[in-house]
Amino acid sequence: MAIEFRKDLFADERDDNLDVIGKPEIRQDILGHVTGRTPFYDDHLFDGLLHLRCVRSPHHHARIRSIDASAAERMPGVVKVIWPRDVPQNMNTLLSLIGFGRDDEPLLQDKKVSYVGEQVLAIIATSVRAAQDAVAAVNVDWEVLPHVLDVEEAMRPDAPTVNEVYPNNTFDYHDRFDHQKLRFGDTEAAMAQADHVIEGEYQMSPIEQAPMETCGALAAPETNNRVVCYTSTQALFFSLGTTAKQLAIPSSQLHFIGGTVGGGFGGKVDSHHEPLAVLGCLMTGKPVKYMWDRAEEMQVGAPRGGERWRIKDGVMRDGRIIARKFTGFFDAGAYTRLSSYAVQKSTGHLPGPYTIPNVASNVYCVYTNRTPSTAMRGFGITAVDFAIERHMDKVAHQVGMDPIELRILNAYRDGDMKAHRRAAKNCALIESCQVVAQKSGWNLSANAAQASSLRDGGGDRALIPETVTDDEGKIGERKRTGIAPHPFAENGARGRVPAGHSSNNSSAFGNAPQREDMAAEIARLGFKDNVAGVQPAYAQPSATQPAYTPPTAPAPQQAGYTPQAPSNGASGGPTLPAAYTQRPAASQPVAAPTAPRPMVPPTPPTPQPTSTPPPPADEPKPFTRGVNRPGVSRFISGSRRR
Amino acid sequence: MKTPVTFTLNGAEAATFVEQGANLLDVLRRGVGDLSPKYGCGQGGCGACTVLIDGEPHLSCLTLAETVQDRTVDTAGGIADGPDLHPLQKAFMEGFAAQCGYCTPGMLMAAKSLLDRNPNPSREEIEEAISGNLCRCTGYEPIIDAIQTAARGRAA
Repeated sequence: MAIEFRKDLFADERDDNLDVIGKPEIRQDILGHVTGRTPFYDDHLFDGLLHLRCVRSPHHHARIRSIDASAAERMPGVVKVIWPRDVPQNMNTLLSLIGFGRDDEPLLQDKKVSYVGEQVLAIIATSVRAAQDAVAAVNVDWEVLPHVLDVEEAMRPDAPTVNEVYPNNTFDYHDRFDHQKLRFGDTEAAMAQADHVIEGEYQMSPIEQAPMETCGALAAPETNNRVVCYTSTQALFFSLGTTAKQLAIPSSQLHFIGGTVGGGFGGKVDSHHEPLAVLGCLMTGKPVKYMWDRAEEMQVGAPRGGERWRIKDGVMRDGRIIARKFTGFFDAGAYTRLSSYAVQKSTGHLPGPYTIPNVASNVYCVYTNRTPSTAMRGFGITAVDFAIERHMDKVAHQVGMDPIELRILNAYRDGDMKAHRRAAKNCALIESCQVVAQKSGWNLSANAAQASSLRDGGGDRALIPETVTDDEGKIGERKRTGIAPHPFAENGARGRVPAGHSSNNSSAFGNAPQREDMAAEIARLGFKDNVAGVQPAYAQPSATQPAYTPPTAPAPQQAGYTPQAPSNGASGGPTLPAAYTQRPAASQPVAAPTAPRPMVPPTPPTPQPTSTPPPPADEPKPFTRGVNRPGVSRFISGSRRR
Repeated sequence: MKTPVTFTLNGAEAATFVEQGANLLDVLRRGVGDLSPKYGCGQGGCGACTVLIDGEPHLSCLTLAETVQDRTVDTAGGIADGPDLHPLQKAFMEGFAAQCGYCTPGMLMAAKSLLDRNPNPSREEIEEAISGNLCRCTGYEPIIDAIQTAARGRAA
């Protein structure tokens, strides 16, 4: 198939002559592939290889009363049974290696299984058949518990607790917040001015990565008291670190060999095989292979998490979207794995590639009695992109507008302010839409056909509006009584962040109950254009006093956050938990809830001089987080400007 | 109880003892050490374990090892002629017809069996020939293209 390049687009911004795309490259590893010599983890031969299989839960949710493996232990070929007590550090969470989240998942479950297929016991035998027979001979006395399989049912107060480490069935961000939040402008005021308010709900099911090679690991004794582990992992150092942690041995004792993956697509990052295989090797002194069969891969293998999204748009008659609200539910399954991160990622992606001056979102990472979900190709982004683009079509239909023109009208242009307080750059949605229309013989209006990502951005569209905040999500002592998942549900308390402030983190201003050690330090986060005249509350704490003192409660103790009683008369939603109705301290400098403020609808694009001063070529930059580090490719930063 | 099995593997004599009920895939891989056929499903669903028995494609995971006694087995590990690659291997290499490479040995054997009996297959015949082989990375287009390229190269 011939590929056509549109090098005319952004031609003045290129000095290279890109000529790689569209031609087959000889892969450096392909000789091994076509000769069958590529060494996948299972392609290593050992004399006396032992096989490990797991006893698994047949129930969505059940307490383990007792396990009787005595018959299995006596069966021919059985070498060892690994019990949960044999795992030195049984509890783990993958992202604990980067200090994110609590250890919430045992390698072998000994108390309560929370999904079908959860492993409770490992049996090592001389053949796969012997191990399978022994697994079938294990008797587990299950006390079946009620289960929950739907994200919103899981958030109801009467839902069974899936994961004891997160008793509210939601991941606790920073130990306190039950969702990720984005606030930009005032969606409610904008909705009131909108000609149309258009709502939609979208859902994506879990998807199994289904690699051709099933997940597994093979561990064998090596010299110098080390263990060599061949693994299918996509994340060798996650697997190495997790194994060292769960087996409580130094990583120098482990020799991990990986990187040759028979298809991964995200499903091979969870590092569950390596600890068991290495433990089996240490307990038997023999080479041990733990390999899933296809049925396990499909049933137990962690899929892409299911997601449900509600979108509510405020749209003007001419198609300008002036407000957009999201409520998202990410189905983590029974344990966290990478879902906590997926929610952050999806929040960071909102509101899609469109310049919308008022945006609000609440996104929840929810536990259900389903297979834990993990990474898969753009996880956290794919489902919400699907939702956004379906919703764009719905909006176009409702306002009677061409769907491509609607996208061009609302698309990011260079210099626009995104809801995350970063300027949009290197935008190309408009050009992409134009090429698609042209290729498919779709007629665009002259305006849409002449639009450009390089023109008409910035200016008013670069401003950060005054932003309304709420107290949802500050769960503190949140009881499971009533949940207000909608951004700005009727009764939420309000605060304000002044226009121009570059942080979405309202807590930096102390209008949220805030522990001192959790205050965001804007300077450290790398925001450059801190607004003059606004003194964040954290900026002047005394040595002894926390940044924020609740008006009706004593100062928070060292032990942690002390919730305050609801102190405002927010019109009474009786079911709303106290945490949602708490009022920010009256003394806060930036909380001026009654001040009228101009809402900034997007100005229709007007020609402006494109005066983006190019940064000096090689000016040394101070070390900051992210892509400004010395030596980091500018391609990572997406910097198109030179 | 183990049974002796002798057969011709990629042109050379091979002999091993097999457990009753052992499948050919396990015996090829762990019994005689030919690791080129792959385990993908063990249920005959994916084709990663495809080998030729007397020139015909078979799913080795569903073939009892004892049944290859005195027969000829060919695997992807043996289709190159010494250092010279088989035309299919060359075409797969040059046409980017593999990504992770796990389905490739099975694909190659299914394609070889097709070209051996039909040197100039149509696109539809190629699709039919590899319809039992799953690929999860590349998509099938480059694979079909490569098989067609190899067929044309051999015909020329």
